[in-house]
Amino acid sequence: MSDMTPAPPRPEVITATAVDDTRDTDIPAMTLRNVSVAFSGKHAVRDVSFDVPTNQVTSLIGPSGSGKTTLLRALNRMHDLTRGANVTGEVKLGGLDVYAPTTRPMLLRSRVGMVFQRPNPFPTMSIYDNTVSGLRFNGIRRKSLLDEAAESALIAAALWDSVRGRLKASAGTLSGGEQQRLCIARALAVEPEVLLMDEPTSSLDPSATKRIEELMSELKDRVTIVIVTHNMQQATRVSHHCAFLLMGEDKAGELIEVGPTRKLFTEPSDPRTEDYVNGRFG
Amino acid sequence: MTVMAADPVVARRTEIQQTAQRSADRRQLLSRFGLLACRICLLIALTPLVALLVYVFIRGASAWNWAFFSALPHPAGIPGGGISNAIIGSLIIDGIAAAVAIPFGITAGLFLSQSDGRIPGLLRLAADVMSGVPAIVVGIFAYVVLVLHHPGSLGHYSGVAASFAIGIVMLPIIIRASETAIRGVPSVLSEAGLALGARKATVATRIVLPAALPGLITAVLLAIARGAGETAPLLFTAGGAQFLANSPLKQMNAVPLVIYQDGIQAYPDIVRVAWGSALALVLAVLVLSVGSRLVSARIRRVRDV
Repeated sequence: MSDMTPAPPRPEVITATAVDDTRDTDIPAMTLRNVSVAFSGKHAVRDVSFDVPTNQVTSLIGPSGSGKTTLLRALNRMHDLTRGANVTGEVKLGGLDVYAPTTRPMLLRSRVGMVFQRPNPFPTMSIYDNTVSGLRFNGIRRKSLLDEAAESALIAAALWDSVRGRLKASAGTLSGGEQQRLCIARALAVEPEVLLMDEPTSSLDPSATKRIEELMSELKDRVTIVIVTHNMQQATRVSHHCAFLLMGEDKAGELIEVGPTRKLFTEPSDPRTEDYVNGRFG
Repeated sequence: MTVMAADPVVARRTEIQQTAQRSADRRQLLSRFGLLACRICLLIALTPLVALLVYVFIRGASAWNWAFFSALPHPAGIPGGGISNAIIGSLIIDGIAAAVAIPFGITAGLFLSQSDGRIPGLLRLAADVMSGVPAIVVGIFAYVVLVLHHPGSLGHYSGVAASFAIGIVMLPIIIRASETAIRGVPSVLSEAGLALGARKATVATRIVLPAALPGLITAVLLAIARGAGETAPLLFTAGGAQFLANSPLKQMNAVPLVIYQDGIQAYPDIVRVAWGSALALVLAVLVLSVGSRLVSARIRRVRDV
């Protein structure tokens, strides 16, 4: 990564992600306080606290093993599914305590959606059925609502024009980039408040990556986005806010610095952040 | 644009979340019932198993003492006696069967895992059919081949005839289980080897087989456990004996045979020997099953670190 020439920044996106865009940011969409994640007693993430601003894109950056994905999965309780995993600290979605015993993980996950590294459309379902699957899982049957949500989500995921004529076709007929946009549409159709994206472009080619990045700045009006990315150019292109994690002693990921992306990349307050964003390690 | 887009989104979000909430309430009740049903079914499924194990343990443990494992059987009417000849007989019969079936089975599994096509497909089908053949049919086949009088046959009951029959039972299990284990090795590993210029045989022996080792061990131990418990093939082949044969070419006794022959006798002492043997057999199979899991889990753990 360090020997790669950084791609020239695309100015129109940079202006779109201007940090002084503070609309709706007074109340954070999610707050993290002293969040730690341990697997069988071994910490993978330790003592992370920051706010996720509403209707903005927040990126989690850091080298491999710094706990970015682990932290991301703590936000919608995906670690519930891993035996031996234990999350401590406080995660809040608006006023909802994510880890309160009374919080039902299924309802939480319909409000905090997720897009994974590799496109994972359900192979036995059509494009339409994939898009509305989350709604159906949550008991929504009303046909007009399903249709409306599917169309809106597919439009938002920039897929509507190419699939409107073949909604009944299998999701497997789509290209990799289209499949990932279908997964984004599927996540959007439930109208979540927050969308978690775990390296959503890491298995895509550059042009498919570009389309998804463009999508993100359009989607932020609809949903708050948290994205894990290995690609620092991507972080500067798509995110307003940025959290930098680093593997601390005993291999647990720690939060080094969090703030507006532009500040992190131009005048970081921690020398380790400066080293990382300038490609001196990681 | 923002205002136009936001309103229907917020309206939909509200309706979706309200419906989801109601649906979750409904499903929570349903899920409690579902979980309860699963537990009840599990209980029902496990009851006969646990009852059998407990019963065998209670009946069998009272027969166990040192002489039970070290002594030869006593004639009817004389209490005591043991099954040392049957234990050693079983070890010899199953040992020979495994020693022959394992190399053939794994090699055949390796072949099937590396090949697709009509001939391998037929072989795979043959292995499947073989594993479905009732053991008693295997028994009568071995009887015809090795026990009946004809050229090439031993012409009498023998340990080797029993090994032949048990080996036939083990073979398809080893073939299919090792094929599955070998197919489970990610193809990127063999491709990496081939891309370094290795021959297919080198890749198979140096990369694929070692990677499949935990699965192969499980396959082999489960096949042995299965073979050790088979009785029908022994009825036609081993012949049974009250003493320990000095050669596997002679008539031999085996633990499953003791259970069959002694279990239906009228003398309580002899019936007790049958239950003691049943317990020994159950424990041996248990040790093999648990052992195979432990060994493969250990290999996996050692390799991960």
